[in-house]
Amino acid sequence: MSPVGTWIALVVASAVVFALKLAGHLVPKHWLAEPRVARTAALVTVALLSALVAVQTATRGNELVLDARLPALVVAAIALALRAPFIVVVLLAAVTAAVLRALGMP
Amino acid sequence: MTHDAEGRAAIRQAVSVSLATGLYGVSFGALAVAAGLTVPQAMALSLLMFSGGSQFAFIGVVGAGGLAGAAIATAGLLGVRNGLYGPQVAPLIDSRGWRRPLAAQLTIDESTAVATAHKPPHAAQLGFWWTGVGVFVLWNVFTLVGAVAGDRMGDPARYGLDAAAAAAFLGLVWPRITGPGSRLAQTVAAGAVVVALALTPLVPAGIPVLLAAVVAIAAGLVAREPEPVA
Repeated sequence: MSPVGTWIALVVASAVVFALKLAGHLVPKHWLAEPRVARTAALVTVALLSALVAVQTATRGNELVLDARLPALVVAAIALALRAPFIVVVLLAAVTAAVLRALGMP
Repeated sequence: MTHDAEGRAAIRQAVSVSLATGLYGVSFGALAVAAGLTVPQAMALSLLMFSGGSQFAFIGVVGAGGLAGAAIATAGLLGVRNGLYGPQVAPLIDSRGWRRPLAAQLTIDESTAVATAHKPPHAAQLGFWWTGVGVFVLWNVFTLVGAVAGDRMGDPARYGLDAAAAAAFLGLVWPRITGPGSRLAQTVAAGAVVVALALTPLVPAGIPVLLAAVVAIAAGLVAREPEPVA
């Protein structure tokens, strides 16, 4: 995306997210009371975040790649399982990948 | 008396949640710059979009070279969650006029969680506003710190920032796929990973993530098992 394209996408996406927040304050409560709506929305969140994990870990452009990001993600998962705070998890992943790359891993 | 104690408890909780959440604004700022955004763009996202999941998703799609439409759709779909918080929060804080759009902008995971954790109306209101404003201020300050630091570091891969982005998404999804009653969520997560990776060589960047949401919609419509809402 060009810098201008990124700005336009950024403003439009922010407007969409704000409109959703505001709509939640305006719609009658019973509209969203249907459990299937809430459950599907929660699952969409899970699916998008999981897909983003996969894409950020194992792809570059249109290729599947295995590099230092995968062991870094494993370290992050272990840290999460041990209930480490978010910022520590992120830092551990970065340090793992940086060290592996310094040792010659792609 | 009870109200005062409860109010103080809500404020204490708001402050600690704001500090913890605000601090990871550093990682957002750094990752936004690593994804190719400028410092002002990273700042604009935290000010205008102000929703961690949507912001990380936006920079994830942009960083992968995705189209504007894919970045907007992914951020928007992750923002649906905030829309569902509105009906829980609105009756608690009873805001009108100019305060309503302000309350809407501050309706995020953290402010909703703190507001709904306190029964007395006045404590719920204190919890909502202190958390919303506290996270907003600190999230933006730390986004700036992270973006400026990231900007000076140079090649993001050398510092493992690309791996940090993956870890950030894992951290966001983790509470939703662990713990009791999350079997359906785990199945959806696994399906989404398979769909995203299988489609990566076939369709433009950003689209595999969006199509993974189809897995979730199908599961949400078909599944009978009552699932606790995250």
